[in-house]
Amino acid sequence: MEKHITAPYDKETVRELHSGDYVYITGTIYTARDAAHKRMYEALEKGESLPFDIKDQVVYYMGPSPAREGRPIGSAGPTTASRMDKYTPALLDLGLGGMIGKGKRTDAVKEAIVRNGSVYFAAVGGAGALLSKAIVSSEVIAYDDLGTEAVRRLEVKNFPVIVVIDGEGNNLYETAIEAYRG
Amino acid sequence: MRTVRVEEIIKNIKEMCIEANHYLTEDMEQALRAAGETEKSPLGRQILQQLEDNLEIAAKDRIPICQDTGMAVIFMEIGQDVHMEGGGLTDAVNEGVRQGYQEGYLRKSVVGDPVIRENTKDNTPAVIHYDIVEGEQIRITVAPKGFGSENMSRIFMLKPADGIEGIKNAVLEAVREAGPNACPPVVVGVGIGGTFEKCALLAKKALTRPVNEHSHIPYVRELEEELLAGINQSGIGPGGLGGSTTALAVNINTYPTHIAGLPVAVNMCCHVNRHCVRVI
Repeated sequence: MEKHITAPYDKETVRELHSGDYVYITGTIYTARDAAHKRMYEALEKGESLPFDIKDQVVYYMGPSPAREGRPIGSAGPTTASRMDKYTPALLDLGLGGMIGKGKRTDAVKEAIVRNGSVYFAAVGGAGALLSKAIVSSEVIAYDDLGTEAVRRLEVKNFPVIVVIDGEGNNLYETAIEAYRG
Repeated sequence: MRTVRVEEIIKNIKEMCIEANHYLTEDMEQALRAAGETEKSPLGRQILQQLEDNLEIAAKDRIPICQDTGMAVIFMEIGQDVHMEGGGLTDAVNEGVRQGYQEGYLRKSVVGDPVIRENTKDNTPAVIHYDIVEGEQIRITVAPKGFGSENMSRIFMLKPADGIEGIKNAVLEAVREAGPNACPPVVVGVGIGGTFEKCALLAKKALTRPVNEHSHIPYVRELEEELLAGINQSGIGPGGLGGSTTALAVNINTYPTHIAGLPVAVNMCCHVNRHCVRVI
């Protein structure tokens, strides 16, 4: 089913999203990938606060290529989510509203998604030029020294994603494969 | 004897890094289009259409096809009658990469040490494979490699008794385990034989062969066809979201090996299977 949502959003919105839904996201999302996750995790361990309040926010696992003059961002597709799995349950327990990436998640992440009523979206891997067109603006808000791995605040308009793991724990990567197995 | 100035190497490598990251080869584009016509899943067809649109946007607006513009893997086949002048060849290759990634707005994805992990900020060093061949030309292949798929690659040190069935199981296992992570539809490079490192290199090089060409060895050609069909029965599909197009091609290279061994390397590559070839 095709749906349009605005980010950030509340738990009510997540309950309406189901594994397999094609969703267009408009609003504000944040990027963070390997190095930024490690830093955020270490900050939490030390009792420090995160560079932004992640409650109800969507985090996009993405490190862009540099922007050409006059453009908000370069190529901007998803990276493999499983590398963030170690750090993810802690962020979900702080109220992280959703994640955009690609690829499998661990059972621990899936359980944390269900426990917190969150959602895992996939964007199409390797479609970074196309996806960059749905990004209106980009601003580094933390960890500038990490270059492409810095945390960015993005304004997006009709950013296309697919619900992979919904708040009930349904997983499209498992169910869809069964349907087409020869 | 022919003399080649290193400046010529720098210039060509620079241009090739940029070209490879913005345009796929014609055989790859054709394979993606063909997949769009045969894919059984509606969502799969939608994803394949997005990938075609993505290639168009990348070329038209000069945006890299994928934000992971890779670690630069470079094959240098150098004629033995060539003399290089003006500096070190390895330095020239890396300078070409440095200039290409800077001027081409490509992402710098290389860390200087695998444990300390500080970004080198210019995407160097490249991974360079030198080969000395006959003649007085230099054949350069620039193949930027993204790590979503690289991370899903495998090496299997099989026993000779495992035979061809063992090889098939190894390749299918690698593809199944990679699932959505390797950005399907994938191209599967397979190396069979040699030693531990040689078979990995065979697999990497297999990815640079056009996807519409098969091995000249009859049993290898059959194996390529059978494995492709088997992989496309896995159900993984475009984006790993289900479908009948999981791989666009299986390319296999073989090499003599030891009486005690049967090494098999599976180098996964996403649908952004980039390479650019020039002969100078």
